[in-house]
Amino acid sequence: MDIPGYDVAHLLAGGMVLVSFMLLYQDRMGALLNVFALHATVLALSVAWQAYVQHAPHLYVTACIALGLKAILIPSALRRIVRRLDIHREVETTVGIGMTMLVGVALVALSIVLMLKVTVGVDPLGRQDLAFALAVLLLGLLMMVTRRNAVSQVVGFMSLENGLILAASGARGMPLVVEISIAFSVLIAFIVIGLFLFRIRERFDSVDVADLHTFRGDRA
Amino acid sequence: MIRAATLQIGQALLVLVLAPALTGVARKIKSRLQQRQGPSLLQPYRDLWKLVHKEAVVAENASWLFRVAPYLIFGATWTAASLVPTFATGLPFSTAADLLAIVALLGSARFFLALAGLDVGTSFGGIGSSREVMIASLAEPALIIVAFTLALIAGSTQLSVIAAFMTSGDVGLRVSLGLALTALVIVAIAENARIPVDNPATHLELTMVHEAMVLEYSGRHLAVIEAASSLKLLLYVSLIAAVFVPWGHATPESAPAQYAIGIGSYVVKLAAGGALLAVFETTIAKMRVFRVPEFLGASLMLALLGALLMFVTRSL
Amino acid sequence: MDALSLSAGTTLDMALIGISVLLGAGVAAAFAARARYGARTIYVACLITTAAMLAASLSFLIVGGATESRHLPIGLPWIGMHFDLDLLAAMFLVIVNLGGVSASLYGIGADAEEREPTRVVPFFATFLGAMNMVVLAADAFTYLISWEFMSLSSWALVMAHHRDADNRRAGYLYLVMASFGTLSLLLAFGLFAGPSGGYAFADMRALHLEPLRAGVVFVLVLIGCGSKAGVVPLHAWLPLAHPAAPSHVSALMSGVMTKVAIYGLVRIVFDLLGPPPIWWSVVLLILGGVSALLGVLYALMEHDLKRLLAYHTIENIGIIVIGLGLALAFEAGGIGWAAALAFVAALFHVLNHSLFKSLLFYGAGAVYATTHERDMEHLGGLIHRMPVTAFAFLVGSVAISALPPLNGFVSEWLTFQAILVSPQLPEWGLKFLIPAVGAMLALSAALAAACFVKAYGATFLGRPRTSAAESAHDAHASVRVALLGLVVLCVAAGILPGYVIDAIAQITTRFVGADMPLQSTQGWLTIVPIDAARSSYNGFFVFLFVAFTAWAAALVIRRVATGAIRRAPPWDCGYVDSSPALQYTASSFAQPIRRVFGTWVFRARETVTMPKPGDTRAAHFAVVVRDVVWETLYVPIERLVTSVSTRADRIQFLTIRQYLGLMFVTLIGLLSLLALTQ
Repeated sequence: MDIPGYDVAHLLAGGMVLVSFMLLYQDRMGALLNVFALHATVLALSVAWQAYVQHAPHLYVTACIALGLKAILIPSALRRIVRRLDIHREVETTVGIGMTMLVGVALVALSIVLMLKVTVGVDPLGRQDLAFALAVLLLGLLMMVTRRNAVSQVVGFMSLENGLILAASGARGMPLVVEISIAFSVLIAFIVIGLFLFRIRERFDSVDVADLHTFRGDRA
Repeated sequence: MIRAATLQIGQALLVLVLAPALTGVARKIKSRLQQRQGPSLLQPYRDLWKLVHKEAVVAENASWLFRVAPYLIFGATWTAASLVPTFATGLPFSTAADLLAIVALLGSARFFLALAGLDVGTSFGGIGSSREVMIASLAEPALIIVAFTLALIAGSTQLSVIAAFMTSGDVGLRVSLGLALTALVIVAIAENARIPVDNPATHLELTMVHEAMVLEYSGRHLAVIEAASSLKLLLYVSLIAAVFVPWGHATPESAPAQYAIGIGSYVVKLAAGGALLAVFETTIAKMRVFRVPEFLGASLMLALLGALLMFVTRSL
Repeated sequence: MDALSLSAGTTLDMALIGISVLLGAGVAAAFAARARYGARTIYVACLITTAAMLAASLSFLIVGGATESRHLPIGLPWIGMHFDLDLLAAMFLVIVNLGGVSASLYGIGADAEEREPTRVVPFFATFLGAMNMVVLAADAFTYLISWEFMSLSSWALVMAHHRDADNRRAGYLYLVMASFGTLSLLLAFGLFAGPSGGYAFADMRALHLEPLRAGVVFVLVLIGCGSKAGVVPLHAWLPLAHPAAPSHVSALMSGVMTKVAIYGLVRIVFDLLGPPPIWWSVVLLILGGVSALLGVLYALMEHDLKRLLAYHTIENIGIIVIGLGLALAFEAGGIGWAAALAFVAALFHVLNHSLFKSLLFYGAGAVYATTHERDMEHLGGLIHRMPVTAFAFLVGSVAISALPPLNGFVSEWLTFQAILVSPQLPEWGLKFLIPAVGAMLALSAALAAACFVKAYGATFLGRPRTSAAESAHDAHASVRVALLGLVVLCVAAGILPGYVIDAIAQITTRFVGADMPLQSTQGWLTIVPIDAARSSYNGFFVFLFVAFTAWAAALVIRRVATGAIRRAPPWDCGYVDSSPALQYTASSFAQPIRRVFGTWVFRARETVTMPKPGDTRAAHFAVVVRDVVWETLYVPIERLVTSVSTRADRIQFLTIRQYLGLMFVTLIGLLSLLALTQ
């Protein structure tokens, strides 16, 4: 692989980490969905670049799936759900946004340490790309943990998926079968979550997870 | 020796002359984007000329600090602005202050500005000063950490060396640079009191930060402070241009024609910076005050991430 | 090791004579203080003595003399007292005696307002003598004796105004923490020298301890010296005790005594203990970073002027400890020149802090002497009534906020340059820790500037909030001399840092084994810490440019346009004749920062009770700030100690038979132990 190739891949992986931080920063639903679309677009670009550099045409299909499904279809569907269920547009967090971002930086540091210690002897830029992918995964998980609103938790889950795909495409040699199955599982998960949201909203007039906890009878 | 000193003085005068023009360009483009005619490009110069000739009205209980502060602010900002490479690198006094010293000089200017806001003892000065130091307490560390990142990439904290390194092409596309650029742009917006952090054209006191601090100033004092603000904007645009768009600089060994090219490319970069600023200000709304720390906190985190990546990968 | 010339040198003898004079003056003052000019005479005697010692130690440092030693046959019969004067001790002697000179000048001017001179003057002289003794001590016994002397005389000074309940509480806490610190040092020295070792520093230097023992000694020394210096979490006594003492003593405690504690740390860790392992630097870096950040955040919540200054001492000690941690890290990593850089940065900051902290405390003391107010919310507008004090305090504020062209910036800049060298260290932990510490340092510098805008603005600017502030007058002549002298020194250290660095850099050769490049040979008064292509700074040019452009702008505008001024009521957006109560107070100034940082560090909460419309009661605003360190560390320990001692108290009330039984059981236990282990 030529060095400029790795440079661009590195830049795109870093861009995904940057967009993950932007996801953590948002406090309005509409902006959150737009940034998520950006996240998926950058993922598509990165996978397409990997397809070009590795001469692996099946990765082009993966890139198209990411672009079509995650950058266009899912955000618009989520936007419609938000409008239909009349979910209010502010993203509530459990800890402050500043604190969340500080923990995010610590998570990125953790993934760098982990990756660089575990994969010794691999070429440097490839190791960093893997570290970035792990960081995107952890940041998606952080988003799921620190958000109260179910829609934002879905977005966090999606960005976690994106991190996995980034890691898999960079690691060279993920067959299309696995990719299709992942895509379908994401789709099914999305449908289930959508139905779930609709039922919750019908029953309880709200999708705030803290309220669900109360209704479950765990806390007074 | 004489040539070097002349160039340095020439750079200092150039930044002083161009600063109001940058403000004028940004204002004009913003007005045009808002479907207005807008003031002429020379209006800031006319404003300064008018203010300088007016009698200064000073509050009865204002102290000597109130009268001296505008000149100190201007001196510190002008000194910092003339040390950023604009059309040439390697000017003789560029070894006197590196990027960290330039950041700290801006901090000195801000210190005296905040004190001047508190001097007369009105509540509006207090609002401006307290918000200004809150913004500065997050913006200045972000700037210092960006300086760390640039220093680790280029191997030096001196701006001439950094600019020369960036031109040389050894850099490559680095994630840390992207993160540093984002953080630097956010800090530049916050420090220059631009939308979305502060509105330079507002007349509602409760939305002011910078304007509230200088509310009591008039006449030549106000002219000097306005000139210092324009210089600060020019400094940030020059800094971003010198580090991230460094082509066109003349070096100490260049022929005179190269200096002309340097000045020309510098003017183009300034105009482009002003235009981008105007577009950005028009497309985004002003944030509420307590969203600003989150905004700046994000830039601090991005800068920290960039520096962390540089620290970790330096030996790989 | 360089030749310790056992023949006594003149500088050391002068210093020892000076110490004896100071101690003698202390004894004399116990009788003379109540006489008409008695206190003033004693202060003049202290002034002359410390000035002489300052001159001697300064010339020793600049010339770079060889180490001098003295062994006096007083004290313990089989040890005597050893005294050593090397370059490190000379530098700290300069700092101690500079503080002594300015404090004596202040004392001459301020003693008229001192209500209880017999409680202050004797202990002042002994305090100065004891601090000098600590710096010169060259064996464990001398060191500990002088250390305790220093603690006890400063405690007596803290308790000087003992009728105030707050001062009594501060003195009690100070005594507990000081005793705790001395105990740690005692254990450290004991563990170091071992059961058969000699207690002289020369003998200790020759010992090579195993890593575990060296580590325990390091931790004990860190606890002992760190608690005196004010390192978080052992800092709780500092903001209570330093303000409680009279103002010149506060300056000595904050500006000088904390440095003597740093001297102890440097002497034992860098000199006596051998080559350091990496984890020592990790501990120092973490403690330094946390102290720097937490100190300045505490200061932002304060509106008592002296307590704010005391919290800033904690912050600056944090910065010094960061520098020392970096020096240890580089020394352990084998990068000698970077260790020299970090060490010089730390020592430069030691000098700078003693200069501007003394300046600020004298200013605060002058304010208190004339208004009897320490609360900033009751001051204001003092710049008109106390012009010299206000100017000096302004210079001190600019210096402590690390703003060019003054001296605080130079040491901060050097520390940043040392941080930028750290990617060359191989250890992983340091690669993540040092950028985080650098971020904490940058954050604390910005917050310090914010805090001093608040302090200066609330105290000196604006309009007077009380009649006490309105009727203030400027300080006594000798106090003004002290203030202006320190102003000159702050500016000089900022403009001519090369000479200071050269004087300090000679120390590094012995302690970290490497050198910094010679600064006086760099052209045009520039300082180049590593390499000219890498970084450089010229304080003189920066000062010249700023001053020249400011002056030129004023001149040109006055010539070309107009110099007219008209005085009028403040504009204030058209509101007429607002009262001084409507101006921003210190707590309102700090509100945005309190909201951003204070809510999660201190759990700061604001409550506003507004009466309903029509109700004529006043509205009430309260801020509750909780000290996290106090609640998590000190209160549980206090409760534990109290409960254990309450239970153990029962031993006082046993019957005679139970006492005999106790002795019997102990004897049987010891005999059985002997039987089992033989």
